[in-house]
Amino acid sequence: MSTLDDRYLAYDKRRYGMDHERYGWQPWPERTKPRWPGDAKVALFVVPSLQWFPLDMTNHPFEVPGGMRTPYPDLRHYSLRDYGNRVGFYRFIRVFEELGVQPSVAVNAAIAERYPRLLREVSSRGWEVIAHGVDMGHVHHGELDRETEAEWIAHALDVLRKATGQDVRGWLSIAKSESRHTPDLLTARGVDYTCDWNNDDLPYPMRTESGPLWTLPHPHLTSDLHVLEHFKQTEESWVRQVCDHFDVMRREAGDGGRLVGLSLHPWITGQPHRIGAVREALAHCLARDDVWMATCSELIDHCRDALS
Amino acid sequence: MRRDPELYDFCPYDDSRPQITWPGGARVALWVAPNIEFYEYDPPSNPSRSPWKRPIPDVLHYSERDYGNRVAHWRMMEVLDRHGVRGSISLNVAMCDHHPEIVREAVDRGWELFSHGIYNTRYNYHLSEAQERAVIEDALETVERFNGERVAGWLAPALTHTERTMDLLAAYGIRYTCDLFHDDQPQPVRVERGRLVSIPYSLEMNDVIVYNVNRVAPRRYADLLRANFDQLYAEGADNGTVMCIPLHAYLVGQAHRIGALDEALAYITGHEDVWLATGREIADHYLEHHYDPAVAHLERLRAEEASA
Repeated sequence: MSTLDDRYLAYDKRRYGMDHERYGWQPWPERTKPRWPGDAKVALFVVPSLQWFPLDMTNHPFEVPGGMRTPYPDLRHYSLRDYGNRVGFYRFIRVFEELGVQPSVAVNAAIAERYPRLLREVSSRGWEVIAHGVDMGHVHHGELDRETEAEWIAHALDVLRKATGQDVRGWLSIAKSESRHTPDLLTARGVDYTCDWNNDDLPYPMRTESGPLWTLPHPHLTSDLHVLEHFKQTEESWVRQVCDHFDVMRREAGDGGRLVGLSLHPWITGQPHRIGAVREALAHCLARDDVWMATCSELIDHCRDALS
Repeated sequence: MRRDPELYDFCPYDDSRPQITWPGGARVALWVAPNIEFYEYDPPSNPSRSPWKRPIPDVLHYSERDYGNRVAHWRMMEVLDRHGVRGSISLNVAMCDHHPEIVREAVDRGWELFSHGIYNTRYNYHLSEAQERAVIEDALETVERFNGERVAGWLAPALTHTERTMDLLAAYGIRYTCDLFHDDQPQPVRVERGRLVSIPYSLEMNDVIVYNVNRVAPRRYADLLRANFDQLYAEGADNGTVMCIPLHAYLVGQAHRIGALDEALAYITGHEDVWLATGREIADHYLEHHYDPAVAHLERLRAEEASA
């Protein structure tokens, strides 16, 4: 059996704190917790994603959640994902308006180019747009060269800013996948916060070449994508998990406010048999009068003042 | 390569087994083993296993694990405290460098530290004997420097082994291993010299297997833990059993999952005849009272087979 070079047991980053430079370390009990407006216990933010999956997309260098799965032309998955843009999101709109949800919508630039009418549904309601890359076939990852990635980021932001007239201050990477450079490239283009990192219950600043990039704990494990699509669990169980998440955060809110995010995909939970689960989960969270229904930018602005 | 790991003999779970008794006449020795782990942002590669599923940086999975150290550890620890359960920490010893505050919390509670290698992103596959010795020595010295105690137990980092691992553990005076899943009672492990005991460390109850592999919904985890306990408690009336709950804060400590652990521990600790023990206590009790009868039993079985 071959043996390994002794460098395999060299630990260059074995030191206090993190093994990279992006952010610092502080034990959770010592962290400053924010106070929300009106002393709300929980700030709720809701992030539906508007996504376009090109028919010719590859799954390089890993399978993109929701990507094409059968041999080309995979009409089945192409059209099932596009269902979210044509039908599912319109169900979301009705539920959001019924419950008074102010969502922050993650949008592929391709949506602005292909379905301007759909994007106007968002911008005309004053809903915040978060940049969600070029389209679902443009995955950022560790083997992508910096120049290409910079072009993709610039393109996505330019298209969405022009189409909405908004600053577009937030970013959600396709499949939450980044390269080593992504945070630097984002702040260079005026992005204030990212939804990619799942390591915290509160926003915190990340170091980049052009100043801080705030991370917003946009949850993956309680998303419809993870629970229903990846894990094939039931709608009932998904609602339970979202409500349990919310209830625990609310209970822990004694020393300051907590955040609960809900990540939704109209091609998953915009289906007729699932929209009721979306309503149920949101209604549970909004039934309390100590909840702040916030947009992502409002949260980041508040945290920047409270936690910097 | 071996066809049989040559670490233990067949020993049926029948009435002929020597009786194990636990302190206070308990039926079940319960031990809870939180893994306190550090996964590296940019680990070297091992020919047999890639540390991350996606190209480095695998932000999705790195940040999901980092959540355990940044936030969820305290949530999990609070539940253990509430039920009077001491943890036996399966420790990536580099945590003593990166996040000593977390390890200190464990030591201050009188929790046991045993070794889970240096990092969970360094695998023992292909290590030479000298390299594997270096890993063991590093682990023993790092923990001893931290709490002044000699490590008694071992769980290989990311469950990666060589053919000589068990012999080396025994050579360094390590008394128990958690790497074998062949029994619900402690068992002698065949090593070149010295004595080494296998302590049950249930993969089936391990939250990694439950949540990441078997994709169990959170509330069902509580059902599984209760069912596992009920059976071992019943059987333990005749012959003492061991129940282990291996945990990872990044999984079990998620807000939407913590209730399952809380509920299960309340149920288990509500029973009279449970010995709330640590891995070391179980191993030492077994070595003192039950190791020799077990070896004699195995010799008897061997002799019977030979004469049959």
